Amino acid sequence: MSHPFQRSNIRPGEWIAEWSIRLVASVSIIVIFLIFVFVFREAATLFTAKSATNAPAEVSANPSSNDMKPDTYSEEPDVYNPEAEEPSTASGEPGAPGQFIRLSKNPRYPHYYNPDTGLLPDDIDDETAEEVATASGDSGDILSRLSGDTWQPVGETPKFSVLPLITGTLKTTVIAILIGAPLGILAALYVAFFAKPRVREFVKPTIELLAGFPSVVIGFFCLVTVASFIQDITGVSYRLNAMVGGIGLSLAVIPIVFSIAEDALSAVPKTLQEASLALGSTEWQTAYRVMLPAAAPGVFAAVLLGIGRAFGETMIAIMATGNAPLTSLSPFEPARTVAATIGSEMGEVVWGSEHYGVLFFMGVMLFVFSFGLNAITELYVKKRLMKKFQGR
Amino acid sequence: MELSSTHISAYKRLVGFFAVFVALTAAVAVLGVVLGMLGSFIANGGTTLSWQFLTEFPRNSNTEGGIWPALAGTTFLVLLMTILGVPVGTATAVYLTEFAKQDSWFARSVRFAVNTLAGVPSIVFGLFGVGFFIQFMGDGIDSWLGTSSFGDGSLLWSSATLAVLTLPVVIVSVEEALRAVPRDLREASLALGATRWQTITKVVIPNAVTGILTGSILAVGRGAGEVAAILFVGVTYSSEVLPSNVTEKFMHLGYHLFVLSTQSPDVDKTLPLQYATTLVLLGLTFLLNLSAILIRSRLRKR
Repeated sequence: MSHPFQRSNIRPGEWIAEWSIRLVASVSIIVIFLIFVFVFREAATLFTAKSATNAPAEVSANPSSNDMKPDTYSEEPDVYNPEAEEPSTASGEPGAPGQFIRLSKNPRYPHYYNPDTGLLPDDIDDETAEEVATASGDSGDILSRLSGDTWQPVGETPKFSVLPLITGTLKTTVIAILIGAPLGILAALYVAFFAKPRVREFVKPTIELLAGFPSVVIGFFCLVTVASFIQDITGVSYRLNAMVGGIGLSLAVIPIVFSIAEDALSAVPKTLQEASLALGSTEWQTAYRVMLPAAAPGVFAAVLLGIGRAFGETMIAIMATGNAPLTSLSPFEPARTVAATIGSEMGEVVWGSEHYGVLFFMGVMLFVFSFGLNAITELYVKKRLMKKFQGR
Repeated sequence: MELSSTHISAYKRLVGFFAVFVALTAAVAVLGVVLGMLGSFIANGGTTLSWQFLTEFPRNSNTEGGIWPALAGTTFLVLLMTILGVPVGTATAVYLTEFAKQDSWFARSVRFAVNTLAGVPSIVFGLFGVGFFIQFMGDGIDSWLGTSSFGDGSLLWSSATLAVLTLPVVIVSVEEALRAVPRDLREASLALGATRWQTITKVVIPNAVTGILTGSILAVGRGAGEVAAILFVGVTYSSEVLPSNVTEKFMHLGYHLFVLSTQSPDVDKTLPLQYATTLVLLGLTFLLNLSAILIRSRLRKR
């Protein structure tokens, strides 16, 4: 839309108003920037955490020191809130002045996520607290704990290998796309070219209704219905597995692929269709061999956005995949995705700890991946391919 | 038929039939899943649903009673979210349609940022809520005012997180409404000597007000069902009272469903409650989406 407005007739008050609108419009950019800064900053505590965990080990000869805060808070809150933090931790231990601050006394997180490791909050006496602090101080190299193939964030020697989580994410995403993309594209093809107008008017909004299903509802449906169905027909031993999760994710992917692919197919000039039919090809030949290739960039973009939705989806993954961090590639074994791990562990983690940093680090991974996918869709698919296909 | 059979071999006709059949099957399959899901929720949850269920507090650690605090919490959440997010989204849309030179790098950056925001996984917004709203803003406000209520998850920070998450929804739909305002109206207003700002505030926005409403409703529909983003920004699984101010924690329908179906000790016992909660949540989002669609179709006719 070009502009019928003249520059000359702007009043001072209006000039201010217009610039405030411009300023507010930049909020989206600022938010993207803030996500970068703040999610990265918390993730960066992972790599600066070495000094934070070493510090308690150095002062452990003096147990009455209040600086002894292994894994309770990050240093960050103290920077912003030095007064309010100290009294609250001190008052958390009223009857035991000489003790370490127990991990369990963090008012925000009364218990750990995994009670099976033996490190229940009540079991942590001073010695174990010291051991944990010393152990994490000794093996200060975070990279050594990020490698390997075990995800076991709670324990005396926590293991933070993201390999099983990435395996789980890939597994469920691939299943979701293999099911969701063909279904979405073919349904779009049907609605765009084969359906009678009256059928289309019913089918299109009903499929788009799926986009309005909250993901927690889809997750619930998979948990109670799809899981039993899959177990009945395949007889798998794990009721919740990557296949159930993948099917659930595909339900989130289908409406996205469908509506974007349908838009792309409808946007292909009608002249192409008419020319193809006039040359004697049948309707299906026109649809599959002329219209679908002509809409290829849009369909490609639809699949990319579907991938973005599938790997970042949290609630469906938490509820339907079984959440076991395995490196197995079998679709009928449980999987644990990166997003589901953040979703289920972030609530119980001690803020500022190494585990917390790792979770934020995985958030950075998700963000960078979705940012990259969007950049590819925006810059490559929309511009280059559209130009190529329409400029012929 | 006679003519086509001489030109197209039986094999090709079979392929043609198959090609159409596959597309039809895909559409029917998707349709069947959607209707099947709806049917299963209505069949299993319809009997539990009652006025009492909607207006009672949960009893006996969420295994009996109703969902009133979750329903109220969700309502507070989306209202506050709308207040925080819709003005910003509307202003951005006004900028994009009325001020921006479409090829300027700033307009292109805003567009890119909006599209990127729409694609960011909701769990990342949750992390952003923790890192920025709670730890940076909340702790900052606390140390500035000497309070201790802002540096923790709350209704306020959850609403703010969701406002950021639903920003693209608002922007896209308000933008569409603004573009639907005929150019003639703008030109007539300018020809009568109105300034650009007067034209926007007195002509364009009043004509797009239904679109702004649609955008808000769509955002509310999206926000009402979003759980991942607020998981650790202030939602709580059980509450005896309704939140009395914005710095308190709250219950949420979607999170309530998640807790009932995965975290409670006896999941099977509460299955009817889970179905009924699903039905309420779904009814809420559908009602919102449906009213948005109706308003929008009326808008398009005009």
